[in-house]
Amino acid sequence: MIISIASGKGGTGKTMVAVNLALSLSNIQLVDCDVEEPNCHIFIKPDIENRSTVSIPVPEVNRDKCNGCGRCQEVCAYNAIAVVKKEVIIFSELCHGCGSCSYFCPLKAIDEKNKEIGIIETGRKNNIRFVHGKLNVGMMMSPPVIREVKKCIDKEKTVIIDSPPGTSCPVITTIKDTNFVILVTEPTPFGLNDLSLAVEVVRKLGIPSGVIINRSDLGNEKIDQYCAREGIPILMRIPFDRKIAEIYSNGDTIVRSLPEYKSKFGDLYKKIEKIINDKKTK
Amino acid sequence: MKVAISSNGDTLQSNVDQRFARCPYYIIYDTDSGSFEAVNNESSMAGGGAGIQAAQRISDMGIGAVISGNIGPNAFRVLSAASIKIYSGATGIIKDIIEKFKKGEYKQTSSPDVDSHFGMGRGN
Repeated sequence: MIISIASGKGGTGKTMVAVNLALSLSNIQLVDCDVEEPNCHIFIKPDIENRSTVSIPVPEVNRDKCNGCGRCQEVCAYNAIAVVKKEVIIFSELCHGCGSCSYFCPLKAIDEKNKEIGIIETGRKNNIRFVHGKLNVGMMMSPPVIREVKKCIDKEKTVIIDSPPGTSCPVITTIKDTNFVILVTEPTPFGLNDLSLAVEVVRKLGIPSGVIINRSDLGNEKIDQYCAREGIPILMRIPFDRKIAEIYSNGDTIVRSLPEYKSKFGDLYKKIEKIINDKKTK
Repeated sequence: MKVAISSNGDTLQSNVDQRFARCPYYIIYDTDSGSFEAVNNESSMAGGGAGIQAAQRISDMGIGAVISGNIGPNAFRVLSAASIKIYSGATGIIKDIIEKFKKGEYKQTSSPDVDSHFGMGRGN
Protein backbone atom coordinates (compact mmCIF):
# COMPACT_ATOMS: atom_id res chain seq x y z
CA MET A 1 0.00 0.00 0.00
CA ILE A 2 1.20 3.49 -0.84
CA ILE A 3 0.03 6.35 1.39
CA SER A 4 0.91 9.91 0.46
CA ILE A 5 0.76 12.81 2.88
CA ALA A 6 -0.20 16.15 1.39
CA SER A 7 -1.72 19.37 2.68
CA GLY A 8 -2.52 22.29 0.43
CA LYS A 9 -1.17 24.72 3.01
CA GLY A 10 2.47 24.42 3.99
CA GLY A 11 3.62 24.06 7.59
CA THR A 12 0.63 22.03 8.74
CA GLY A 13 2.63 18.97 9.79
CA LYS A 14 3.05 16.64 6.79
CA THR A 15 6.60 15.64 7.66
CA MET A 16 5.69 15.13 11.31
CA VAL A 17 2.87 12.78 10.33
CA ALA A 18 4.96 10.95 7.70
CA VAL A 19 7.90 10.35 10.02
CA ASN A 20 5.85 9.33 13.06
CA LEU A 21 3.57 7.06 11.02
CA ALA A 22 6.64 5.39 9.52
CA LEU A 23 8.13 4.80 12.98
CA SER A 24 4.88 3.29 14.26
CA LEU A 25 4.61 0.53 11.64
CA SER A 26 6.74 -2.32 10.35
CA ASN A 27 8.03 -3.17 6.86
CA ILE A 28 8.14 0.51 5.89
CA GLN A 29 9.64 2.51 3.10
CA LEU A 30 9.63 6.24 3.79
CA VAL A 31 9.80 8.33 0.61
CA ASP A 32 10.40 12.08 0.81
CA CYS A 33 9.12 13.70 -2.39
CA ASP A 34 9.38 17.26 -1.04
CA VAL A 35 12.53 17.60 -3.11
CA GLU A 36 12.75 21.38 -2.77
CA GLU A 37 13.21 21.12 0.97
CA PRO A 38 13.29 17.49 2.11
CA ASN A 39 13.11 17.21 5.87
CA CYS A 40 12.34 13.59 6.77
CA HIS A 41 16.04 12.71 6.97
CA ILE A 42 16.50 15.21 9.81
CA PHE A 43 14.22 13.07 11.99
CA ILE A 44 15.01 9.60 10.63
CA LYS A 45 18.79 10.16 10.33
CA PRO A 46 19.21 7.39 7.76
CA ASP A 47 22.52 5.90 6.67
CA ILE A 48 22.72 6.80 2.98
CA GLU A 49 23.87 3.83 0.89
CA ASN A 50 23.31 5.06 -2.63
CA ARG A 51 23.44 8.38 -4.40
CA SER A 52 22.54 9.06 -8.06
CA THR A 53 21.98 12.17 -10.13
CA VAL A 54 18.84 13.27 -12.00
CA SER A 55 19.15 15.05 -15.32
CA ILE A 56 16.76 16.51 -17.88
CA PRO A 57 17.51 16.98 -21.58
CA VAL A 58 17.89 20.68 -22.41
CA PRO A 59 18.31 22.11 -25.90
CA GLU A 60 21.60 23.21 -27.38
CA VAL A 61 21.53 25.04 -30.69
CA ASN A 62 23.94 24.18 -33.44
CA ARG A 63 24.62 27.65 -34.80
CA ASP A 64 25.95 26.36 -38.11
CA LYS A 65 22.61 24.73 -38.90
CA CYS A 66 20.18 27.24 -37.29
CA ASN A 67 18.64 29.90 -39.52
CA GLY A 68 16.76 31.64 -36.69
CA CYS A 69 13.30 30.72 -38.00
CA GLY A 70 11.80 30.86 -34.49
CA ARG A 71 9.88 27.57 -34.66
CA CYS A 72 11.48 26.39 -31.38
CA GLN A 73 10.28 29.53 -29.65
CA GLU A 74 6.72 29.04 -30.95
CA VAL A 75 6.44 25.45 -29.76
CA CYS A 76 8.02 25.92 -26.33
CA ALA A 77 5.13 25.72 -23.86
CA TYR A 78 7.25 27.05 -21.01
CA ASN A 79 8.57 30.29 -22.53
CA ALA A 80 12.08 28.95 -22.15
CA ILE A 81 13.22 30.10 -25.60
CA ALA A 82 13.38 33.53 -27.23
CA VAL A 83 14.50 34.17 -30.80
CA VAL A 84 15.50 37.73 -31.60
CA LYS A 85 17.55 38.91 -34.55
CA LYS A 86 17.75 35.26 -35.70
CA GLU A 87 19.56 34.44 -32.48
CA VAL A 88 18.16 31.67 -30.23
CA ILE A 89 18.35 32.41 -26.50
CA ILE A 90 17.68 29.44 -24.23
CA PHE A 91 16.67 29.79 -20.59
CA SER A 92 17.49 26.28 -19.47
CA GLU A 93 16.25 26.88 -15.93
CA LEU A 94 12.71 27.17 -17.34
CA CYS A 95 13.09 24.11 -19.61
CA HIS A 96 10.96 21.09 -18.70
CA GLY A 97 12.94 18.81 -21.00
CA CYS A 98 9.86 18.01 -23.11
CA GLY A 99 11.88 17.86 -26.34
CA SER A 100 9.38 19.81 -28.49
CA CYS A 101 11.97 22.28 -29.74
CA SER A 102 14.31 19.66 -31.15
CA TYR A 103 11.40 17.62 -32.51
CA PHE A 104 9.90 20.53 -34.43
CA CYS A 105 13.13 22.20 -35.58
CA PRO A 106 12.89 22.04 -39.39
CA LEU A 107 16.68 22.06 -39.79
CA LYS A 108 17.39 19.61 -36.97
CA ALA A 109 19.64 22.24 -35.49
CA ILE A 110 18.82 21.45 -31.85
CA ASP A 111 20.64 18.77 -29.90
CA GLU A 112 19.68 17.77 -26.41
CA LYS A 113 22.25 17.57 -23.69
CA ASN A 114 21.70 16.39 -20.15
CA LYS A 115 21.58 18.96 -17.42
CA GLU A 116 21.84 17.76 -13.84
CA ILE A 117 18.97 19.10 -11.76
CA GLY A 118 19.10 17.05 -8.58
CA ILE A 119 20.09 13.91 -6.73
CA ILE A 120 18.40 10.83 -5.29
CA GLU A 121 19.63 9.26 -2.07
CA THR A 122 18.56 5.90 -0.71
CA GLY A 123 19.43 4.32 2.59
CA ARG A 124 18.00 2.85 5.74
CA LYS A 125 17.58 3.33 9.44
CA ASN A 126 16.88 0.21 11.49
CA ASN A 127 13.96 -1.41 9.65
CA ILE A 128 12.94 1.65 7.67
CA ARG A 129 13.97 1.90 4.04
CA PHE A 130 14.51 5.51 3.09
CA VAL A 131 14.49 7.44 -0.22
CA HIS A 132 14.53 11.14 -0.90
CA GLY A 133 15.35 13.55 -3.70
CA LYS A 134 17.07 16.89 -3.55
CA LEU A 135 16.52 19.48 -6.24
CA ASN A 136 19.71 21.43 -6.93
CA VAL A 137 19.71 25.02 -5.69
CA GLY A 138 18.46 27.42 -8.37
CA MET A 139 16.55 24.74 -10.31
CA MET A 140 12.83 25.20 -10.74
CA MET A 141 11.65 21.85 -12.13
CA SER A 142 10.95 19.49 -9.28
CA PRO A 143 8.66 16.93 -11.05
CA PRO A 144 11.50 15.14 -12.90
CA VAL A 145 13.30 14.63 -9.56
CA ILE A 146 10.05 13.49 -7.90
CA ARG A 147 9.44 10.96 -10.70
CA GLU A 148 12.93 9.52 -10.15
CA VAL A 149 12.32 9.30 -6.40
CA LYS A 150 9.09 7.41 -7.07
CA LYS A 151 10.89 4.92 -9.31
CA CYS A 152 12.59 3.70 -6.11
CA ILE A 153 9.24 2.72 -4.56
CA ASP A 154 9.25 -0.85 -3.25
CA LYS A 155 5.70 -2.16 -3.55
CA GLU A 156 6.46 -5.07 -1.23
CA LYS A 157 6.55 -2.58 1.59
CA THR A 158 4.08 -0.17 3.14
CA VAL A 159 5.17 3.03 1.44
CA ILE A 160 4.73 6.40 3.12
CA ILE A 161 5.32 9.42 0.91
CA ASP A 162 5.88 12.92 2.23
CA SER A 163 4.55 15.35 -0.40
CA PRO A 164 5.50 18.96 -1.08
CA PRO A 165 2.86 21.52 -0.05
CA GLY A 166 0.42 23.14 -2.46
CA THR A 167 -1.77 21.78 -5.22
CA SER A 168 0.37 22.21 -8.33
CA CYS A 169 2.53 19.91 -10.51
CA PRO A 170 4.95 18.73 -7.78
CA VAL A 171 2.05 17.64 -5.58
CA ILE A 172 0.18 15.92 -8.40
CA THR A 173 3.35 14.12 -9.50
CA THR A 174 3.80 12.96 -5.92
CA ILE A 175 0.31 11.77 -5.03
CA LYS A 176 -0.84 10.23 -8.29
CA ASP A 177 -0.83 6.44 -8.37
CA THR A 178 -0.87 6.29 -4.57
CA ASN A 179 -3.64 4.36 -2.78
CA PHE A 180 -4.56 6.97 -0.19
CA VAL A 181 -3.88 10.63 0.55
CA ILE A 182 -3.71 11.94 4.09
CA LEU A 183 -4.46 15.66 4.04
CA VAL A 184 -2.92 17.42 7.02
CA THR A 185 -4.51 20.73 7.92
CA GLU A 186 -4.97 23.16 10.79
CA PRO A 187 -8.15 24.86 12.03
CA THR A 188 -7.42 28.28 10.53
CA PRO A 189 -8.99 30.10 7.56
CA PHE A 190 -5.83 29.43 5.50
CA GLY A 191 -5.88 25.79 6.57
CA LEU A 192 -9.49 25.41 5.46
CA ASN A 193 -9.06 27.27 2.18
CA ASP A 194 -6.03 25.25 1.12
CA LEU A 195 -7.57 22.00 2.35
CA SER A 196 -10.57 22.55 0.11
CA LEU A 197 -8.23 23.11 -2.88
CA ALA A 198 -6.34 19.90 -2.05
CA VAL A 199 -9.63 17.99 -1.75
CA GLU A 200 -10.53 19.12 -5.27
CA VAL A 201 -7.20 17.76 -6.53
CA VAL A 202 -7.48 14.33 -4.88
CA ARG A 203 -11.06 14.00 -6.09
CA LYS A 204 -10.03 14.76 -9.64
CA LEU A 205 -7.31 12.12 -9.36
CA GLY A 206 -9.83 9.69 -7.87
CA ILE A 207 -7.74 8.89 -4.79
CA PRO A 208 -9.47 8.19 -1.45
CA SER A 209 -8.46 10.64 1.25
CA GLY A 210 -8.90 11.59 4.88
CA VAL A 211 -7.95 14.54 7.06
CA ILE A 212 -5.66 14.98 10.04
CA ILE A 213 -6.26 18.17 12.00
CA ASN A 214 -3.04 19.35 13.57
CA ARG A 215 -3.06 21.91 16.42
CA SER A 216 -6.67 20.76 16.59
CA ASP A 217 -7.62 22.63 19.75
CA LEU A 218 -6.86 26.04 18.25
CA GLY A 219 -8.98 28.06 15.85
CA ASN A 220 -12.56 27.19 15.06
CA GLU A 221 -14.88 24.35 14.07
CA LYS A 222 -14.95 25.14 10.37
CA ILE A 223 -12.70 22.27 9.32
CA ASP A 224 -15.01 19.82 11.10
CA GLN A 225 -18.05 21.39 9.45
CA TYR A 226 -16.39 21.30 6.04
CA CYS A 227 -15.37 17.64 6.38
CA ALA A 228 -18.86 16.65 7.57
CA ARG A 229 -20.45 18.49 4.66
CA GLU A 230 -18.09 16.97 2.11
CA GLY A 231 -18.13 13.47 3.62
CA ILE A 232 -14.38 13.42 4.30
CA PRO A 233 -13.30 11.30 7.28
CA ILE A 234 -11.26 12.97 10.04
CA LEU A 235 -8.64 10.36 10.81
CA MET A 236 -6.77 11.95 13.68
CA ARG A 237 -6.45 15.08 15.77
CA ILE A 238 -3.12 16.25 17.11
CA PRO A 239 -3.46 18.90 19.83
CA PHE A 240 -1.44 22.10 20.06
CA ASP A 241 1.02 20.94 22.67
CA ARG A 242 4.19 22.73 23.65
CA LYS A 243 5.83 19.36 24.32
CA ILE A 244 5.27 18.27 20.72
CA ALA A 245 6.68 21.56 19.44
CA GLU A 246 9.79 21.17 21.60
CA ILE A 247 10.33 17.57 20.53
CA TYR A 248 9.99 18.51 16.88
CA SER A 249 12.29 21.53 17.20
CA ASN A 250 14.98 19.26 18.64
CA GLY A 251 14.79 17.02 15.58
CA ASP A 252 13.24 14.25 17.64
CA THR A 253 10.02 12.36 16.97
CA ILE A 254 6.78 12.28 18.89
CA VAL A 255 6.54 8.48 19.03
CA ARG A 256 10.00 8.21 20.57
CA SER A 257 9.40 10.90 23.21
CA LEU A 258 5.67 10.39 23.83
CA PRO A 259 5.21 6.61 23.35
CA GLU A 260 1.41 6.81 23.66
CA TYR A 261 1.42 8.27 20.16
CA LYS A 262 2.71 5.04 18.69
CA SER A 263 -0.69 3.39 19.10
CA LYS A 264 -2.43 6.55 17.84
CA PHE A 265 -0.43 6.40 14.61
CA GLY A 266 -1.02 2.64 14.50
CA ASP A 267 -4.77 3.34 14.70
CA LEU A 268 -4.43 5.88 11.93
CA TYR A 269 -2.99 3.20 9.68
CA LYS A 270 -5.80 0.78 10.58
CA LYS A 271 -8.42 3.40 9.70
CA ILE A 272 -6.79 3.96 6.32
CA GLU A 273 -6.57 0.23 5.67
CA LYS A 274 -10.26 -0.11 6.48
CA ILE A 275 -11.27 2.74 4.14
CA ILE A 276 -9.29 1.19 1.30
CA ASN A 277 -10.66 -2.32 1.96
CA ASP A 278 -14.25 -1.01 2.20
CA LYS A 279 -13.76 0.71 -1.17
CA LYS A 280 -12.50 -2.54 -2.67
CA THR A 281 -15.47 -4.60 -1.49
CA LYS A 282 -17.98 -2.02 -2.75
CA MET B 1 10.73 54.77 -33.38
CA LYS B 2 8.04 52.87 -31.52
CA VAL B 3 8.21 52.97 -27.72
CA ALA B 4 6.35 50.48 -25.54
CA ILE B 5 5.34 51.62 -22.05
CA SER B 6 4.01 49.11 -19.53
CA SER B 7 0.63 50.41 -18.44
CA ASN B 8 -2.16 49.55 -16.05
CA GLY B 9 -4.79 50.87 -18.48
CA ASP B 10 -5.37 51.50 -22.18
CA THR B 11 -5.28 55.32 -22.29
CA LEU B 12 -2.64 58.03 -22.02
CA GLN B 13 -4.12 58.89 -18.60
CA SER B 14 -3.25 55.42 -17.28
CA ASN B 15 -0.40 54.90 -14.86
CA VAL B 16 2.81 53.22 -15.87
CA ASP B 17 2.79 49.66 -14.51
CA GLN B 18 5.77 48.83 -12.31
CA ARG B 19 5.94 45.32 -13.81
CA PHE B 20 7.33 45.07 -17.32
CA ALA B 21 6.15 41.55 -18.14
CA ARG B 22 2.97 41.21 -16.11
CA CYS B 23 1.36 44.59 -16.83
CA PRO B 24 -2.12 44.35 -18.41
CA TYR B 25 -1.38 46.70 -21.35
CA TYR B 26 1.39 48.26 -23.35
CA ILE B 27 0.93 51.74 -24.71
CA ILE B 28 2.83 51.77 -28.00
CA TYR B 29 3.80 55.34 -28.83
CA ASP B 30 5.24 56.27 -32.20
CA THR B 31 7.73 59.14 -31.80
CA ASP B 32 7.65 59.89 -35.54
CA SER B 33 3.89 60.27 -35.98
CA GLY B 34 2.97 61.13 -32.38
CA SER B 35 0.21 58.49 -32.47
CA PHE B 36 -0.36 55.74 -29.93
CA GLU B 37 -2.19 52.46 -29.53
CA ALA B 38 -2.88 50.22 -26.54
CA VAL B 39 -2.23 46.50 -26.86
CA ASN B 40 -3.19 43.75 -24.47
CA ASN B 41 -0.26 42.02 -22.84
CA GLU B 42 -0.93 38.34 -23.40
CA SER B 43 1.99 37.43 -21.12
CA SER B 44 0.46 39.02 -18.03
CA MET B 45 -0.96 35.71 -16.82
CA ALA B 46 1.77 33.40 -18.13
CA GLY B 47 2.51 30.47 -15.85
CA GLY B 48 6.23 31.08 -16.10
CA GLY B 49 8.68 32.85 -18.35
CA ALA B 50 6.46 35.93 -18.65
CA GLY B 51 9.47 38.22 -19.05
CA ILE B 52 10.88 36.16 -21.90
CA GLN B 53 7.56 35.91 -23.69
CA ALA B 54 6.73 39.60 -23.24
CA ALA B 55 10.17 40.65 -24.49
CA GLN B 56 9.79 38.33 -27.48
CA ARG B 57 6.45 39.95 -28.41
CA ILE B 58 7.86 43.45 -27.96
CA SER B 59 10.72 42.48 -30.24
CA ASP B 60 8.35 40.95 -32.81
CA MET B 61 6.34 44.22 -32.85
CA GLY B 62 9.42 46.12 -34.00
CA ILE B 63 9.64 48.23 -30.85
CA GLY B 64 12.80 50.32 -30.42
CA ALA B 65 12.56 51.18 -26.72
CA VAL B 66 10.66 50.12 -23.62
CA ILE B 67 9.78 52.18 -20.57
CA SER B 68 8.64 50.52 -17.35
CA GLY B 69 8.88 50.63 -13.59
CA ASN B 70 11.09 47.58 -13.30
CA ILE B 71 12.65 45.05 -15.65
CA GLY B 72 13.64 41.55 -14.58
CA PRO B 73 16.76 39.65 -15.68
CA ASN B 74 15.21 37.36 -18.30
CA ALA B 75 13.32 40.14 -20.06
CA PHE B 76 16.44 42.27 -19.86
CA ARG B 77 18.51 39.61 -21.60
CA VAL B 78 16.04 39.21 -24.47
CA LEU B 79 15.46 42.94 -24.93
CA SER B 80 19.19 43.58 -24.92
CA ALA B 81 19.80 40.85 -27.50
CA ALA B 82 17.15 42.51 -29.65
CA SER B 83 18.97 45.86 -29.24
CA ILE B 84 15.86 47.40 -27.70
CA LYS B 85 16.65 50.36 -25.47
CA ILE B 86 15.49 49.93 -21.88
CA TYR B 87 14.35 52.70 -19.57
CA SER B 88 13.20 51.64 -16.11
CA GLY B 89 12.27 53.48 -12.94
CA ALA B 90 9.39 55.37 -14.55
CA THR B 91 6.47 56.52 -12.40
CA GLY B 92 3.29 58.49 -13.04
CA ILE B 93 0.89 58.72 -15.95
CA ILE B 94 1.75 57.64 -19.48
CA LYS B 95 1.15 61.08 -21.02
CA ASP B 96 3.75 62.72 -18.75
CA ILE B 97 6.19 59.88 -19.28
CA ILE B 98 6.01 60.32 -23.06
CA GLU B 99 6.74 64.05 -22.65
CA LYS B 100 9.69 63.35 -20.38
CA PHE B 101 10.98 60.71 -22.76
CA LYS B 102 10.80 63.10 -25.71
CA LYS B 103 12.80 65.66 -23.73
CA GLY B 104 15.46 63.02 -23.07
CA GLU B 105 14.92 62.99 -19.33
CA TYR B 106 15.26 59.23 -18.95
CA LYS B 107 18.59 57.48 -18.80
CA GLN B 108 19.04 54.09 -20.39
CA THR B 109 19.15 51.21 -17.90
CA SER B 110 22.22 49.04 -18.04
CA SER B 111 21.16 46.14 -15.82
CA PRO B 112 17.99 44.44 -14.57
CA ASP B 113 16.65 46.18 -11.47
CA VAL B 114 14.53 43.41 -9.96
CA ASP B 115 14.86 39.65 -9.59
CA SER B 116 12.79 37.10 -11.45
CA HIS B 117 9.19 36.80 -10.19
CA PHE B 118 9.04 40.45 -9.06
CA GLY B 119 5.83 40.90 -11.05
CA MET B 120 4.09 37.96 -9.41
CA GLY B 121 3.15 40.05 -6.40
CA ARG B 122 4.72 37.80 -3.81
CA GLY B 123 6.97 40.48 -2.48
CA ASN B 124 10.18 38.93 -3.71
